[in-house]
Amino acid sequence: MLDQLQTLARPKPLLDRRGWAVFLAIGFVLIVVVPLLNLLPGRGSMMQVPDYLIPLLGKYACYAILALALDLVWGYAGILSLGHGAFFALGGYAMGMYLMRQIGTRGVYGNPVLPDFMVFLNWKELPWYWMGFDSFPFAMLMVLLAPGLLALVLGWFAFRSRVTGVYISIVTQAMTFALLLAFFRNDMGFGGNNGLTDFKDILGFPIQAPSTRIGLYVVSVIVLGLCFLLCRFVVQSKLGRVLLAVRDAESRVRFLGYSPTAAKLFAFVLSALLAGIAGALYVPQVGIINPSEFSPANSIEIAIWVAVGGRGTLYGAILGGVVINLVKTWLTGAAPELWLFVLGGLFIASTLLFPKGIVGLLGQWRGWRAAKQAYALNEKVPLKEKAAE
Amino acid sequence: MQRFLPIVLIALMLALVAVVRPVAAQDLAATLSGLTDADPKPAIAALNQSGDDKAKAALAALAAGNLYIRISDNAVVIGEKDGEMVVVTNAATGDVEDMLKPEELQAIAVPDDAKSLLGVAAADTQSGPVDFNTAIEGLKADSFADKAKAIAALTALGDARAVPAFQALAAGRLFTRKSDSALVIGAASGNDVALTNAATGEPLGIVAPGEIDPLFVNNNLRNVLREAVGRLGLGSSDPAVRRSAAAALLENPAPEAVALLREAHDKEQNAGVKSVMALSLAATELSDPDKSKRILAIQTLSGAAELRVRSLLQARLSLETDTEVKAALVKAFDRMQTKITLYSYAENFVQGISLGSVLLLAAVGLAITFGVMGVINMAHGEMIMLGAYSAYVTQEIFRALLPPGWIGAYLLAALPVAFLVAAIVGVAIERGIIRFLYGRPLETMLATWGVSLCLQQAVRSIFGATNKEVANPGWMTGAIEVAGGLAVTWNRVYIIIFCFAVLGLIALILKRTSFGLHMRAVTQNRQMAAVMGIPTARVDAMTFALGSGIAGMAGVALSQIGNVSPNLGTIYIVDSFLVVVFGGVGSLMGTLVGALTLGVVNKILEPVAGAVLGKVVVLVCIILFIQKRPRGLFAAKGRSADA
Amino acid sequence: MSKFMRTMAVAGAMLGAVAAGTGAQAQDTIKVGVLHSLSGTMAISETTLKDTVLMMVDDLNKKGGLLGKKVEAVVVDPASNWPLFAEKARELISKEKVSVVFGCWTSVSRKSVLPVFEELNSMLFYPVQYEGEESSKNVFYTGAAPNQQAIPAVEYLMSKDGGEVKRWVLAGTDYVYPRTTNKILEAFLKAKGVKQEDIMINYTPFGHSDWQTIVADIKKFGSAGKKTAVVSTINGDANVPFYKELANAGIKASDIPVVAFSVGEEELAGIDTKNLVGHLAAWNYFQSVKGPVNDGFIKQWKTFIKDPKRVTNDPMEATYIGFKMWAQAVAQAGTTNVDAVRQAMYGQKVKAPSGFTAVMNTNHHLSKPVLIGEIRPDGMFNIVWQTKGPVKADAWSKYIPESAKLTADWTFPWVCGNCEKPKYAALAN
Repeated sequence: MLDQLQTLARPKPLLDRRGWAVFLAIGFVLIVVVPLLNLLPGRGSMMQVPDYLIPLLGKYACYAILALALDLVWGYAGILSLGHGAFFALGGYAMGMYLMRQIGTRGVYGNPVLPDFMVFLNWKELPWYWMGFDSFPFAMLMVLLAPGLLALVLGWFAFRSRVTGVYISIVTQAMTFALLLAFFRNDMGFGGNNGLTDFKDILGFPIQAPSTRIGLYVVSVIVLGLCFLLCRFVVQSKLGRVLLAVRDAESRVRFLGYSPTAAKLFAFVLSALLAGIAGALYVPQVGIINPSEFSPANSIEIAIWVAVGGRGTLYGAILGGVVINLVKTWLTGAAPELWLFVLGGLFIASTLLFPKGIVGLLGQWRGWRAAKQAYALNEKVPLKEKAAE
Repeated sequence: MQRFLPIVLIALMLALVAVVRPVAAQDLAATLSGLTDADPKPAIAALNQSGDDKAKAALAALAAGNLYIRISDNAVVIGEKDGEMVVVTNAATGDVEDMLKPEELQAIAVPDDAKSLLGVAAADTQSGPVDFNTAIEGLKADSFADKAKAIAALTALGDARAVPAFQALAAGRLFTRKSDSALVIGAASGNDVALTNAATGEPLGIVAPGEIDPLFVNNNLRNVLREAVGRLGLGSSDPAVRRSAAAALLENPAPEAVALLREAHDKEQNAGVKSVMALSLAATELSDPDKSKRILAIQTLSGAAELRVRSLLQARLSLETDTEVKAALVKAFDRMQTKITLYSYAENFVQGISLGSVLLLAAVGLAITFGVMGVINMAHGEMIMLGAYSAYVTQEIFRALLPPGWIGAYLLAALPVAFLVAAIVGVAIERGIIRFLYGRPLETMLATWGVSLCLQQAVRSIFGATNKEVANPGWMTGAIEVAGGLAVTWNRVYIIIFCFAVLGLIALILKRTSFGLHMRAVTQNRQMAAVMGIPTARVDAMTFALGSGIAGMAGVALSQIGNVSPNLGTIYIVDSFLVVVFGGVGSLMGTLVGALTLGVVNKILEPVAGAVLGKVVVLVCIILFIQKRPRGLFAAKGRSADA
Repeated sequence: MSKFMRTMAVAGAMLGAVAAGTGAQAQDTIKVGVLHSLSGTMAISETTLKDTVLMMVDDLNKKGGLLGKKVEAVVVDPASNWPLFAEKARELISKEKVSVVFGCWTSVSRKSVLPVFEELNSMLFYPVQYEGEESSKNVFYTGAAPNQQAIPAVEYLMSKDGGEVKRWVLAGTDYVYPRTTNKILEAFLKAKGVKQEDIMINYTPFGHSDWQTIVADIKKFGSAGKKTAVVSTINGDANVPFYKELANAGIKASDIPVVAFSVGEEELAGIDTKNLVGHLAAWNYFQSVKGPVNDGFIKQWKTFIKDPKRVTNDPMEATYIGFKMWAQAVAQAGTTNVDAVRQAMYGQKVKAPSGFTAVMNTNHHLSKPVLIGEIRPDGMFNIVWQTKGPVKADAWSKYIPESAKLTADWTFPWVCGNCEKPKYAALAN
């Protein structure tokens, strides 16, 4: 008995050997092979990865980080945040502000300090909250600080007063909706509906150059890998098990002497930080950040990626984020009039037919195969019962 | 050789044209440039004699000061101001050539002694007294200025027979019949138009809309017409016409109408009409040279706390020089101001209640599906949308199949239709999807989000992406003026009433019917209810149908104040969830209080903080409020609350 | 962990498949990209423009295509999602290899795709009225600039026919187009001697649906004894509830006229207009324009869409003009090469349905007439005023100090979208 408990208490390894092998293999393909295939073969050759795919893959990587972040709080701590789009967008805005300051005199009005939209609104000087964004380290600090602080404040209030379940979902949704409305206002000084756009360069590299794109893509993939390992580390640790326990029975955890508030708050803030990083990587690759990123529908969509991929697995969230966006990219071009039916149908089907998501599908299939084998071996065992296991 | 003949001919003709045209134009151009000489008289005389249309136009422009030299090439051009720019016509060729800035042109001045030579056509001769029938024909004129002249002529005749024609013209119902270009008044009769003679009022039968041409007016003419109707209508035998005539004079108080008005006022028997006339009379007397009359008029007017009366007084205040009258004006103002301030508070409150009732209507269906059943129904907004489209389809059916008198009733017919449509779709969703997901509320969210996408796209495929027109029936248009300035529009009044009726109905079903009892039992403890013999599956389906159906009826109501488009649902879904959660999940009372509170707070904040910031503040308040009361305003108590 | 391995392997394979699945395609047709939202909030307006482009392509093919090739429209759905606009633009240009793209509605969508078009040197036709303050080498703007819509409308209202308005409400949705337009109008009104207290400016969020307070405010503002008008830059969706509130509150056009820059025939089709008669709109085209070109345009549209009730509107006309000009320019250049077609675009003329000849200027904007119409009970406009001739669009407004000094001219010696002096001044001397 004691032995068992000790085994449980010992931190689990980050990944097992096969896991590392797969992780590194995929990492190798995405970081080395894909860029090489883009750069080496001649234009239009069959082997070439076309240019337009690079920013697209980079974008998927950002979405994957975002999905990973939500899975950490939803899949492990049981907090369904419908406001993760807000953390993502805040990170994006922090990066966007840095990029805007880098434009310098290359804006249409040629003002060395003020971004175009401020010149246009007759603003005479930079508002205080834009100060310091010309420095990359400061901007990166803000990428973490802005979403992190918001999550800390909101989480502290909410978890302390034991707001749970649907209520926390609605509170986070109200938060992102309020931010959406606020950022739409031109008086806020974030460019209103047009947002921040027309970026020129990042850290001195021209943002539209293919090499910069590949660089950004590679960085996104590396960050995705690191985020995955970080999340994996958290969920494999003792804290991870406390989180799971909170998800399944919060009151019991409290009675056992743990503080669910602290555990949840940690997960929530960490998740917001990851979302902010995803946003910061996303903005230079798509070239625009605007308030629609705050829209509640976007945040709901993130939850759907996680659910379709398989929540509570981390890699399922990554898979969900990539697969759904892949489908979306493909269908909006291939079937512009019908894609919503397909996507909607996919959401319905995934909840009904594979409730554990795409990664659960494998398990389901294995269960079904085992049942079939068992059936073949022993026809007296009914198929249904086996499958139900 | 013959083959070339046509070509040669054409070449010859082209050559001829090429030679002749420039020569004529050059001659004219040469003469025109003579206008810039120190003594332009010979050039003017030459142009006068030529009889060329272009020469005449140039002379007219010269007389009007519109003839210029284009600085770039010294050409003589006619300029017409168009905004900041000048449209330039070559005076010699008559072609519109370009648009220039005024500084690119130099005006040609005319010496005084040459002015007499500019024998431009004399101003329109004043035609002698005309009879009514000739005058009314003048309304057919094309230009707005000519129409204004005709109206003035008719008004001068003082013939009340012109009133129907004036009213029809202002409303765009005056036509000319294509067959004989007779002036007719049209009234809609189904898809056709019933005509009456504009001068005599005799009916002329019913024709298709294609057989008549409408006569157009602009806003300026509408004001002229309104004043004319006011003057002419005072002598009418119909009290309603007299009343509206008097009211029209209140808005355009013309000093010429005083005598007419006083006479009508003294003769008037109807007390209501008389009081309106007294107000209008006072308005006209505001500018009376007699001081005491002015003060008396101010006192009469100050009794009516109406904005347009106040604006009249305000306008007078800026003109008034006499200190005594000024003091009276200020006093009258104060008296009105307190009333108007009070009204504006009341107005804010009423608007808040109205917004709250819209929120309530949108949320009440959700309060059932989400609050009672625990299903996070993201397709709730689409149920509202389906209701609105049901209203649209019902309206189209009424328009196509029933006599025009029935159209006002379509909305009532749309309510059950919308309920059924939404309820059937609701049952389909519940039986097809949601029943597999009970106990997994967050997954219902995912599936219903998918449903919502599909429904939106389906409606877009069937009805198209554009907005659909759902008309307010006659009994829902307009506003009731509770008191001066405080007006509540009828559609909002009906929505408030309707929303409370719906809420009452739901309360009744929940509390007084066996279905309601079953519903509450299943909500509280599904297993136990099943053990007691309640068919839980059927109750689930019925409950979902009820919630969806009510959302559908809400859609009918909301179609009266907003868009009917495939995106309709997405507008309301976030607000609906906020209302239900703020009020407390599972409590109808909470939803009611929550919606009305949010509505009123929003409307109180809006004038202070602006529409956007006001809403942001409300959202932040909700977030903070949920920290204080994590289960909403009216928290459900007992075992089920923690599940 | 093997589950994990396999799923990741599947994901990798899928990515690889996408990467490999894009070979070169044979160029036996000329491809035209259509980048209009078919779902989401903007679908209401943009779907019609997609159909317009399809109609024009269809028409062109019936006339034998272009350069002896068939023209093929490639439709994608950017779903009213701005980053998706950029992604789809890149896909159209790089993957589908389209020669030109017709698309976008709202400035933010255009700003989102702009870097893509500039990077890949492609060509976009933007068919909607907008705030100006932009001139990109790779975009042709066929909608109105503020000087082609707002200023003439205000001048009309100041005139005797317009009712000699003295007091102004500038109401708009809070985004760049209304902000700019109102800024220009404010400067213009002040230049005309209107005092600050006679101007009321109000901004509302997108999709604003509760207009009670604002309509009541307008009513109060308008009862100060001076003739008042509302200049509305309220955006699409919010208009229906605004006009419904206006109509029911009994604000008649003869008391307080509302002149709108975003309300056309298509928007009115969603509103019962009986109580809105006399309110105004300023555009470069109305369906009620009389003329053979317009008759043909309307007939072509109704036949193509197979619905006699559908209406035409200004952005459709702008799409029509843009498409015709592009086809003419391609024919003139003899190639679909973007640089050659761009050169051929300057001075390109099209007989527009508005009854005038529209000309493409070297600042990538059109010269078009300005028309002011009053709403009729049948949802059409009664044209009450129009300019004598086409007005040239200003890319840079002269009422905004920073922008007044900029010039957009893409021909020698300027070759520039936002310069204070010609790029090739030295060469020119």
